[in-house]
Amino acid sequence: MTALLDIAELAKRFEVGHKRLLHAVDEVSFTIGRGETVGLVGESGCGKSTLVRLINRLLDPTSGSIRLAGTELADMRARAFAGNPNRARIQMVFQDAGDSLNPRYTAADAIADPIRRLKKMSGAALKSRIEALADMTGLPRELLTRFPHQLSGGQKARVGIARAIAVEPELLILDEPTAALDVSVQVVILKLLQQLKHELGMSYLFVSHDLNVVRLLCDRVLVMYLGKIVEAGPAAELFADPKHPYTRALISAIPQADPDKRVGRLRLSGEPRSPIDPDPTVCRFYGRCPKGEPRCSAEMPVLRTVGPARQAACHFA
Amino acid sequence: MTAVPALAVEDLSVEFRTRSGIVKVLDHVGFSVDKGETVALVGESGSGKSVTAFAVMGILDPAGKVTSGRALFGGTDLLALSERDLAEQRGRELSMIFQNPRTALNPIRKVGQQIADVLVRHGGATRPDAPRAAVEMLKRVRIPDPERRAEAYPFELSGGMCQRIMIAIALACRPALLIADEPTTGLDVTTQAVIMDLIGELAHESGMATIFITHDLALAAEYCDRIVVMHAGHVVEAAPARELFAHPRHPYSAKLLAATPGETASLAELASIPGGLPDLRRPDLPACRYSGRCERRIDDCARPLPHRVLDERHVVSCWNPL
Amino acid sequence: MNLLRHARYVLSENPVTGLAFGLFAMFLVAAIFGPLLAPYNPLQSNAAMALKAPSAAHWFGTDQLGRDIFSRVLVATRLDLAIAFASVILAFMLGALSGVAAGYFGGWTDRVVGRLADTIMAFPLFVLAMGIVAALGNKVVNIVIATAIINFPLYARVARAEANVRREAGFVEAARLSGNGEARVLLGHVLPNIMPIMMVQMSLTMGYAILNAAGLSFIGLGVRPPDAEWGIMVAEGANFIQSGEWWIALFPGAALMLAVFCFNLLGDGLRDIIDPRQRT
Repeated sequence: MTALLDIAELAKRFEVGHKRLLHAVDEVSFTIGRGETVGLVGESGCGKSTLVRLINRLLDPTSGSIRLAGTELADMRARAFAGNPNRARIQMVFQDAGDSLNPRYTAADAIADPIRRLKKMSGAALKSRIEALADMTGLPRELLTRFPHQLSGGQKARVGIARAIAVEPELLILDEPTAALDVSVQVVILKLLQQLKHELGMSYLFVSHDLNVVRLLCDRVLVMYLGKIVEAGPAAELFADPKHPYTRALISAIPQADPDKRVGRLRLSGEPRSPIDPDPTVCRFYGRCPKGEPRCSAEMPVLRTVGPARQAACHFA
Repeated sequence: MTAVPALAVEDLSVEFRTRSGIVKVLDHVGFSVDKGETVALVGESGSGKSVTAFAVMGILDPAGKVTSGRALFGGTDLLALSERDLAEQRGRELSMIFQNPRTALNPIRKVGQQIADVLVRHGGATRPDAPRAAVEMLKRVRIPDPERRAEAYPFELSGGMCQRIMIAIALACRPALLIADEPTTGLDVTTQAVIMDLIGELAHESGMATIFITHDLALAAEYCDRIVVMHAGHVVEAAPARELFAHPRHPYSAKLLAATPGETASLAELASIPGGLPDLRRPDLPACRYSGRCERRIDDCARPLPHRVLDERHVVSCWNPL
Repeated sequence: MNLLRHARYVLSENPVTGLAFGLFAMFLVAAIFGPLLAPYNPLQSNAAMALKAPSAAHWFGTDQLGRDIFSRVLVATRLDLAIAFASVILAFMLGALSGVAAGYFGGWTDRVVGRLADTIMAFPLFVLAMGIVAALGNKVVNIVIATAIINFPLYARVARAEANVRREAGFVEAARLSGNGEARVLLGHVLPNIMPIMMVQMSLTMGYAILNAAGLSFIGLGVRPPDAEWGIMVAEGANFIQSGEWWIALFPGAALMLAVFCFNLLGDGLRDIIDPRQRT
């Protein structure tokens, strides 16, 4: 599979007063192939929001490379990217659809905005494009004139999706798109996303903390912890046989109705280490990890191959 | 089970006065919680699960009114109590924790002081003793370095820590009943697991009854003894957790399960629930508020809802159960 | 139209707002048609009729030059409202735009705007207005400029706070993803969202602007006799209160009070109507 997105040694460090650096994203490398859905999981503070903003070019990296089908995007400044011809190629569906819609714009206005700016369409052509998008996302046409506060959660989600696919992006980032939705609406939206991916030939980067949903939708999964990728692999395998202790803890924490299935569980205590000026020789998970060998605090484990298509950053994987 | 339940809600109906009419948010809701039991109130948005809790605690929005029913707690009907008597119960016998812990705490008061406040108000502690008792509570909820943390403000603590503080405040006076309204929504999954374990342990230790409100069926199934499923202001089914998962009898419960991503379902196997919630402002609401979207509807469904007791503690309100 | 129906709803729920709208309509009519409706020529002196108490012929009485006070009060509406309106618009344009930029961009923009606002606020505002009019010249347009300047910090501050909050909002990010450059995001996305608050501000400062203009005229700056303006009229009438001719100062004073009252209430009512979140 030819890589659509190639991230190499991407890093973002924020200055937090007096020469201290917060390592939000720390030398991250991965690829997303054409037509692939890659899941990104990790908990609050792991850096996935920052990573997402680096990839969709709302934020400039400190170092590293972001190649989209060969075009290097990292050296294009984020502030000026709105006018860049590559802007339409990466789009995003937001977590809180309500928050991501301008309260003073109707649904039609919201969907029209990127089309006007990036595809320079107007008038009748624009109108029919908006209607086509509404049909594609299952949004009844009469709702196009409504404001966000007049729409239900599921309807807002559809508007957000219609807007994101309006300019035919190659890569669509989905940032917890169903987190705020009822479980029944979630099913509908997930199926819609699946369908659209095939129809429009996009690749997805699916960010979520709901591992059950990630398992359903993703081909491959990346697990992030404190700015680093600690495990990567095909979804089914990763869930069945996690290699990194943090992944195992995450999977253990998924509520399980059947008590017989609650085996091999790992509970994490304590808080994550500080991401500010972290010690480069100590594993980020050291201290919280059930394993804690001397080697863990003397040598930072690198993300290495531990099986076919499986990678983990642990000395004992 | 012949023991008197810790809380017995009977025939509770609540109406809300809104701009566009009267909304009959709850309609003859009934369920009970035994001493030491954890009962989950499960439902989607609009099911009325939070309103039920607010009605029992007496903290309904001013636009809401209880139009019928009782909430029997230790022999007294909470709904009939005066505000002052109810305030005596709240915090001492009856406690609640909320979603979004950081916003539920007073941002300009140290967390140790907030726990001490409850101890003084309801727990009979004296002002000088209270800080020490507060630190003891922090230890009970497993906060590391409790003496130092007691001096912290909520904004200095993580979400998980704040939730522990809220639990400490709620349990400071060892209440007989704890109502937890989506306490882990918004927390990381690993933190959620730890918090749920903590609530379970503390409840078990003191024989406290817990009502746990959530939209997450799997969460309810793992941590609760019984599950009460709500839809559009009705209780549609109530059963022991395992039983509900293995054999749901109400069509809505079954559909809810079928829509919940678990480990075996592929996306194609998940099914959404057809139709939507009925408009609760209508004067002509059918007796069964699910019948409008139910595939198993029969003529009998227009009759007032039955309460079929299927076997020990499994109740379903349906004329045509699975 | 939805807007009209919602407006009617707001007015029915809130009779006080209805009152404010009624008053505003009345002032508007007075401002536009004042000179036509006035029973007497406001500038016409008539020594024989000087200092007459209110009567059927002269509802508000006459002043020391025999001019009909009712006509003068009526006609003054246009001048007072025009001055207030112009200064509010000017203050909005200067203040809101710089405030939004300061709130959205932060950094140097924020610091410059902040210092400017602080400098202005370091002065007692009325004294500053006096100074500006005295320096620029005793003309009506300078009252407008002075009032705008002293109101600038308020608009800038409110706009800045609102923009700051919205800067993190999802729809701002979405707007950038949609290809909106920063200027477009500010003007097309952020500004429309702060308009409801700005409308309230504008209405509230209308009242203040009227008072300011009247105050400046009261002390002899800005509007000069024989022009009819509420402030001047109160100033002239103040001299006669002790001798018992209370009506000369009272009626223009009451008009002033009513106008300020009206605009304060109007602000809240307008906000309810304009903010789409309030629409069902």
